[in-house]
Amino acid sequence: MNSIQDIFNQKENDLLSIFFTAGFPKLDDTTKIIDELSKSGVDFIEVGLPYSDPLADGPTIQHSSDVALKNGMNLDVVFQQLESIKNSNKTPLVLMGYLNQIIKYGEDKFCQKVKDCGIDTIIIPDLPMVEFENHYQQLFDSYGIINVFLITPHTSEERIRKIDSLTKAFIYVVASASITGAKGEVSEEQITYFKRIQAMDIQSKLIVGFGISDNKTFTTACEYMNGAIIGSAFIKELDKKGIGGIVNFISTIKTC
Amino acid sequence: MKFQPDNNGYYGQFGGAFIPELLYPNVKELEDNYIQIIESETFQQEYKDLLKHYVGRPSPLYLAKRLSEKYGATIYLKREDLNHTGAHKVNNTIGQILIAKHLGKTKILAETGAGQHGVATATVCALMGLECVVFMGETDIKRQAPNVARMKMLGATVVAATSGSKTLKDATNEAIRYWIQHPDTYYLIGSVVGPHPYPDMVARLQAVISEEMKVQLKEQTGKENPDTIIACVGGGSNAAGAFYHYLEDEEVELIAVEAAGLGVDSGESAATSQLGEVGVIHGSKTILMQDEYGQIVEPYSISAGLDYPGVGPLHAYLHETKRATFMNATDREALDAAYELTKIEGIIPALESAHALAVLPKMNLQKDQVVVVNLSGRGDKDLETYIKHLS
Repeated sequence: MNSIQDIFNQKENDLLSIFFTAGFPKLDDTTKIIDELSKSGVDFIEVGLPYSDPLADGPTIQHSSDVALKNGMNLDVVFQQLESIKNSNKTPLVLMGYLNQIIKYGEDKFCQKVKDCGIDTIIIPDLPMVEFENHYQQLFDSYGIINVFLITPHTSEERIRKIDSLTKAFIYVVASASITGAKGEVSEEQITYFKRIQAMDIQSKLIVGFGISDNKTFTTACEYMNGAIIGSAFIKELDKKGIGGIVNFISTIKTC
Repeated sequence: MKFQPDNNGYYGQFGGAFIPELLYPNVKELEDNYIQIIESETFQQEYKDLLKHYVGRPSPLYLAKRLSEKYGATIYLKREDLNHTGAHKVNNTIGQILIAKHLGKTKILAETGAGQHGVATATVCALMGLECVVFMGETDIKRQAPNVARMKMLGATVVAATSGSKTLKDATNEAIRYWIQHPDTYYLIGSVVGPHPYPDMVARLQAVISEEMKVQLKEQTGKENPDTIIACVGGGSNAAGAFYHYLEDEEVELIAVEAAGLGVDSGESAATSQLGEVGVIHGSKTILMQDEYGQIVEPYSISAGLDYPGVGPLHAYLHETKRATFMNATDREALDAAYELTKIEGIIPALESAHALAVLPKMNLQKDQVVVVNLSGRGDKDLETYIKHLS
C-alpha cells in the first residue's frame, strides 16, 4: 500500500502536512526538520527539491530554494539524506520538484532513488495531465510511484473528474488562483470554491495547499476538505526561529 | 509539412505545454482559438492594414553592394530595422494584440530583455488603449534605461524582476507568476518560446518576413528562393520568421547564429545549441543551458536580446534534424561586423543582428550565391555599447 493512502486509512480529516525546502536554512537541516515535524505529529511531510526557476512558487519558497542551492543542495545530496532516515522516520514523505530536474537526472534513475528512499508519492507542478498520461504514467506505475495532481478554482468540472480518476493518493486543491504564499486568509470566494468541489462527490482525498498559514486558515480549510498543507508560512517561521521553534509552531496550528 | 507542430505542439521531441494547472485554462483558450483567429478575414485585414500603414511594411529587401563585393557573394539585407519601434518584434505584438482583443482581453502582460519586445508591446497597447504591464530584470532595467523610459512614456507599468540573476529568464519567470495570479490577463510572449501554442503562433506572426522575401526576391532576382538565409537566434523569433516559408524547401540553406559571448567554451556564452541539453524551460521542452542537476544556467552575451538560456522548440528541432546549420559569433566578432556594416553601407545594426552579419567572413561564399541576412533591428539602442568599444 502507498504510504499516503495508509495515512488516509487511519485518519480521514484534519490532516496536516508541512512543506519545506530541502537544504534550507542549512544543507544538513533536511533530516533534522523531518525529525521535528514527526515529533510534532504532522501527518505527512512534503520535501521540496530546490530549483533555480520555480515557476509556481512565491518569493518565500524561491528564496529558500536559492539559499538551499547555494548551500550545495542537489538531488544526490537530498537522496543521500533521505535514505539515511529511511528506517527511523515514520512520517510519510512526499517529494515536490520541477520536471527539468527529473529529466536531467534521468527519469528512471530518479524513480529508483525515490523508491530507495522509501518514498512513493511525488508532486511535479509543471507536469500537466496530458504529458503525464503520454510520457510518465507507465514509468511511475512501474516504480510504484504515485503522482499528485493540482486543481484550481479555474479547473473545469470535466477536468476535475478526469484528475479524480487518475488520482491514487490525494488531489492538491489550490486554494486561490495564486502562487504560493500570496494570501493571508480564506476568502468567501474560496469557501464557495471548496463547497463546489465538496458537492462534486470526489472519490479522492482533498488536501488544500497555497495560502494556508495559521490555525484559522487551517481550521477553515479542514471544515470543507480532508486537510491542508502549509508551506511559505512554515519556511518563514523556520527562517525566523530555527529548527528549535518547529514543535511550538505546529502546536499553534493544531490547536482547535 | 515536416516543420509544423503536431496537435500537442510538438516539433519532433520538442515543444509541448509544460505548465502548472493554474495556467491550463488560459493556455487552452488560446490553443483552441489562435488558428481560427489568425486565419479569419477580419484578423488578416486588420493585421495587414496595421503592418502596412502603422509598421511601414513591407520592409525593404536591400542589395548591399559593397558588402557583397567584400564577401564575394550577392548579399541582401531584409530591413526589419526600418520597422516602427526599430525591430521585427512589432510584427508579433501587432498580431497578438489583435488576438487578445478577439479574446476580449483588456490587460496585457509581457516580459522583456533588452526592452525591444517591451517597447513593441507598450506601443501596441497604447495604440489599442489597453493596460500594459512589462516585467524586466532589474539588471536589464539599469542596462537599458532609454527603453525603460520609452515604455513608461507609452503608458506601460514596468516591474523590476528581482529574483535569480535579474535578467530575461527571471523577467519571464516573474511574468508567468503574475499571469498565474491574474488569469484574466493576456500574456504577450515576445519570442517563439513558451508553452504551445506560443511558439507556433509567434512563428506564424513573424512569417510575414519570409512571405515578403519571396515576393521581393522574385522581383529582384527572378527567383523566389535564395541560396542561404542567415538570422541570429536568442529565443529565435526573427529567425523563425525569416525561415518560415522556406522550411520545407530544403535546397534553401538556413543558418542560425547564436551568441558565443566571450567564446563558446569560455563559461560566458549563450550558444544554447552547443552548450545545452534537452529539458524544460518556460513551459516548453527544448534545448537549454543547465548544470548536471538540471538547474538552469545563466547565459552571457554582450547583446541583451540573445542572452537566453534556451531556444524555441522549432529551432531545437531544426538543430536536431540538421535542417538549419547553427553557427555562432563572439561579442568581438559581432561588434566588428556592426562597425563594418556602418562604415560600408551606412546602416547601424542592432547588436543582435550584428551576430548574423558576423558569420559572413566564416562562410565559404560563392560569387553567384544569393544570401539574405535578416537585419532584425537597428542599433540606436546599442549606441552606448558601440561607443564604449570603439576606442
